[in-house]
Amino acid sequence: MLEFLRRPRTRAQARAAIILLAVLLAVLPFLVEAGLSRSWVRVLDFALLYVILALGLNIVVGYAGLLDLGFVAFYALGAYLYAWLASPHFGLHLPFWAILPLGATLAGVFGVLLGAPTLRLRGDYLAIVTLGFGEIIRIFMNNLNAPVNITNGPQGINLIDPVTIAGISFGKTQQLFGITFSSAHFYYYLFLAFTLVTVFIAYRLQDSRIGRAWAAIREDEVAAAAMGINTRNIKLLAFAMGAVFGGVAGGLFAAFQGFISPESFTLWESILILCMIVLGGMGHIPGVILGAVLLTVLPEALRYLGDWQRAAVGEVVVDPGDLRMLLFGVALVLMMIYRPEGLIPSRQRKREFHAEDGVAAQEQASLYDSRA
Amino acid sequence: MSLLTIRQLKVAYGGIQAVHGVDLVVEEGELVCLIGANGAGKSSTLRALAGLTHASGDIRLAGRRLNGLPAHAIARLGVALVPEGRGIFARMTVAENLAMGAYTRRDAGVADDLTRVYDLFPRLAERRGQVAGTLSGGEQQMLAIGRALMSRPRLLLLDEPSMGLAPLMVGKIYETIQAIAGTGVTMLLVEQNAHLALQVSQRAYVMESGRIRLAGASAELMRDPAVQSAYLGA
Repeated sequence: MLEFLRRPRTRAQARAAIILLAVLLAVLPFLVEAGLSRSWVRVLDFALLYVILALGLNIVVGYAGLLDLGFVAFYALGAYLYAWLASPHFGLHLPFWAILPLGATLAGVFGVLLGAPTLRLRGDYLAIVTLGFGEIIRIFMNNLNAPVNITNGPQGINLIDPVTIAGISFGKTQQLFGITFSSAHFYYYLFLAFTLVTVFIAYRLQDSRIGRAWAAIREDEVAAAAMGINTRNIKLLAFAMGAVFGGVAGGLFAAFQGFISPESFTLWESILILCMIVLGGMGHIPGVILGAVLLTVLPEALRYLGDWQRAAVGEVVVDPGDLRMLLFGVALVLMMIYRPEGLIPSRQRKREFHAEDGVAAQEQASLYDSRA
Repeated sequence: MSLLTIRQLKVAYGGIQAVHGVDLVVEEGELVCLIGANGAGKSSTLRALAGLTHASGDIRLAGRRLNGLPAHAIARLGVALVPEGRGIFARMTVAENLAMGAYTRRDAGVADDLTRVYDLFPRLAERRGQVAGTLSGGEQQMLAIGRALMSRPRLLLLDEPSMGLAPLMVGKIYETIQAIAGTGVTMLLVEQNAHLALQVSQRAYVMESGRIRLAGASAELMRDPAVQSAYLGA
């Protein structure tokens, strides 16, 4: 979809495509509500939330090549900060526009705190440390209810304030301009705005000096340093930038759900977000967006498997929950076999996964050298 | 003042001392080579110079102390390293690799320097859109040298440019090194292939077990019986 935008045949066609896409995105929740159900609008909201998360993690994993398995920790920090500052838990009720920047900052600081001790680590070793970090944050949230009740432990924090803009509370269904907007509709537009900003920033970062420095570090850290790149700061910046998006998404999640508990921030979430990136095409924005949408929508669609079974054999033979995970696993395995570079890979990613062609070409060239 | 002055450089990896107090000087515009057998401490000296390895002693570039500075800061002062094994960005194109070489530069001369590098290595110009990892070993070495030149270095450090290349390619690379030296770029060349290194350089240092054994004009060292028997196989 976005690929088409980047290679328009004419300027007019490009403009038409953008307008079409904008209109589609604008009416999508109403189409989905009419065609499927209101609960599908919520799925749409989650899809957008995961696009923000996946683009955030993509900065760390896709751009800088640092395998982070604890990304959900930043999501949790953003969500908990929102809950603390806008719920009856501490009796604070700050507006969302004040909390989100704080959440982003907190997550960014923790991003640097995670990055600093792991600067020398790469690959598997970095993955293990970040995985531990994610678990530590979750376990803290689970246990910080005594002696002072900070997180309310496993029960989580309830009655979180919904987002309110211009006196309109996003928490309840309202009539505006004669159109009925449910809570899910309001959040759709809010999340869409944040997603668009995220996509814009992700593109700008990718094409910036910083983006080139990340690419260089991913390829060869020693050579990157020899080019005059401050590898330490640039790596910390990747952790911090990724974490900021995680923190913002966490705040949006808390406001949207109205309830958070440590259960929402398990290792599975980190892996799911990583899967979105891998499935879609690591380091490539349209791919990452596609991966996030697919992996949010497909599991929901697979819920219908229970109904189908009931219709076909009169009872639920296999629990759809189990079946969903199974199909999910099969889909990922098939991906790894047939299209390891992702559904819409970047140019560089494609090169990496089709290295055999490259090696063959190199051998050819070496022969040419020895004759030259 | 000499461009590069190294005094009593010592490098140790854990308990193993790789370099035991090296003194070395490179004057502006010179091509100096550091030769020696495998494990003599040549690469360690070079890595310490580029800030990639911790070292004690005194390293000065035009009087400015480099010890303790991180690698990127040394690179920004004008010391460009062509690392052993080339260290190109394999998944970037040739043009992208060369652009990375000019990463720290913000002046207007980058485009001219790019033309100059392409003139120096016509092969790279032909393959500017090709992914660097698919180049042949020799072309990758050219790319690594070209990339280092893109930073317009005051001092170019070359670590074993002949390593792993076909003999014909080695000859080509050395022709280019001589051409670069002809344009006034100061170079410190580390090489196991003593014969080639002594031919192109003005002065040479011979390293053995972490110490400088011999130093002098390259032409004289080539006639030195000790060098001949140990390194030139004569």
